[in-house]
Amino acid sequence: MSEDILPETGEKKHRVIEVDSHALNFGPQHPAAHGVLRLILEMDGEVVERADPHIGLLHRGTEKLIEYRTYIQNVPYFDRLDYVSPMCEEQTFVLAVEKLLSITPPERAQWIRTLFAEITRVLNHLLNVTTYMLDVGAITPSLWGFEEREKLMEFHEAASGARLHANYFRPGGVNRDLPAGLEERIAEWAETFPKFVDDLEELMTTNRIWLQRTVDIGIMTAEDALGWGWCGPCLRASGVPWDLRRAQPYEKYAEVDFDIPVGRNGDCYDRYLVRLWEMRESVKIIRQCLAKMRPGPIKVRDNKFSPPPRAEMKRSMEALIHHFKHFTEGFHVPVGATYTATESPKGEFGVYLVADGTNRPYRCKIRSTGFAFLQAIEHLSKRHMLADTVAIIGSLDIVFGEIDR
Amino acid sequence: MGEALESLAREVGGLAGVRDVRVEKDEVVADAERESLVALMTTLRDDPRFAFEQMMDLCGVDWPERTERFDVVYNLLSVSLNHRLRVIVPADEKVSVPSVHAIWPSATWWEREAWDMFGIVFAGQPDLRRILTDYGFEGFPLRKDFPLTGYVEVRYDEERKQVVYEPVKLTQDWRTFDFISPWEAVTTLPGDEKVHQDRVQVARVPPLPEAKG
Repeated sequence: MSEDILPETGEKKHRVIEVDSHALNFGPQHPAAHGVLRLILEMDGEVVERADPHIGLLHRGTEKLIEYRTYIQNVPYFDRLDYVSPMCEEQTFVLAVEKLLSITPPERAQWIRTLFAEITRVLNHLLNVTTYMLDVGAITPSLWGFEEREKLMEFHEAASGARLHANYFRPGGVNRDLPAGLEERIAEWAETFPKFVDDLEELMTTNRIWLQRTVDIGIMTAEDALGWGWCGPCLRASGVPWDLRRAQPYEKYAEVDFDIPVGRNGDCYDRYLVRLWEMRESVKIIRQCLAKMRPGPIKVRDNKFSPPPRAEMKRSMEALIHHFKHFTEGFHVPVGATYTATESPKGEFGVYLVADGTNRPYRCKIRSTGFAFLQAIEHLSKRHMLADTVAIIGSLDIVFGEIDR
Repeated sequence: MGEALESLAREVGGLAGVRDVRVEKDEVVADAERESLVALMTTLRDDPRFAFEQMMDLCGVDWPERTERFDVVYNLLSVSLNHRLRVIVPADEKVSVPSVHAIWPSATWWEREAWDMFGIVFAGQPDLRRILTDYGFEGFPLRKDFPLTGYVEVRYDEERKQVVYEPVKLTQDWRTFDFISPWEAVTTLPGDEKVHQDRVQVARVPPLPEAKG
């Protein structure tokens, strides 16, 4: 009820306003929630008025656990954060530890890491783009995409022994060299993959239903995107040409040539297009990595940071001691702190690592990318239809392993 | 690279509310005062010399042996000038830190997280709810005096047909090994002075209290 004053007579008139508002619990077990997102939506009919995400349903206390384990034992935790792009997360942690230790991995290790970071990027974008399409009703792309993902996961398996949780990167290099023939197989794949992207684009980019569901939905202006701490493909879709691989290059990104696709409108459709083009650019980087890679050592020679080879251990007492100390005590990291960030497939993934001189991190803060994206969901989905919220969630590329940590 | 960092550090050092600036591992770090934090952060965002459009990260660090036990760490990024800055502000359980959510809207969730994990209060933050822990959770898990195992565990009770909370029962405690060798730390034998000098200084971390219950 509200009180209005009639202009003619000046008397008060009571008016009844009907508010058709109800709260809707979206998730945590909704297939379009991309994991365990619980979204409390306040609806006006079918229009979203407020969206309050409840996160933390997958909280495992990773940051606390990291404080109790040695630096090497901590690498696998990073696979399990963003389980869609495991190697990129490892890379950030490994780079942070290397920075505190002031060691540089050998050339070949850096090329391998760059190569696998890009393979992981394609892996991530394939999953995101195709399941995003699945959310808005297109089933075919996800079937195609998962077939391609399978090929890439075979590369992961060949290099590390695991399809998903690779645990392959190490402070000071990578765990072991690539097996014989893998480089040729990746090169072969890199020849055929652009055809897949073309097919996908032919199916979707001008698809009428796809356009109706994504164009002008969930628009984020460049200014807002910066304020909300956005990064990666979502920020680029809003028209900000910012990529850490170019702006603050790490590993071998300064030596490869690639373009950075930038969107203009910042809507769901642009976020899709940017990811699609990034896959093409990643293939370009993969080809260059393979061409520039030379045989050589794949981890630092210093046995204080990397274990001695198995054969040497059988003969040398020194090597045996190093091996034992490496896997029980680990190495001690000098006192210091660093915020190291890399361009993970989702955007800036950062690690704020505080070392106190012992063999375990004193504090390890993980700056997860999806956390910033999800925070803006109310801003994005306000006055949108409920079905558009699903498209917006899909376009943000959120993974709860990383958001909840 | 190094020159740009030095000049950024000099300019940040000239601002009001900055106690100390240093360049650490190619990163500019500024210690700031709590009281004038909002004014300082607004300058850092709006002044064209700094132009920190983005706050990428906010987190707490616990130093229990200090009088003001927490550090609140802000990691700022400028995409137009391509530089980063780390601002560190001390805090305590009792004193609150001014919220910066009006400067960068992204601060809200990070501040909620710092509250959830450390119990740091942000003054002026309208939405200071817990974010990552369970509904009805008690305690601040990332404080150093909070045990790794926590205090309660959850299981489904078949008789009561519901999820129940119980004190943690472990068949074996989490084992922490003391890797600081007594042979290395106690005495320096004649002739070993240089070896001891070069060795990384190791801080002895006090033992953590046992889990209750």
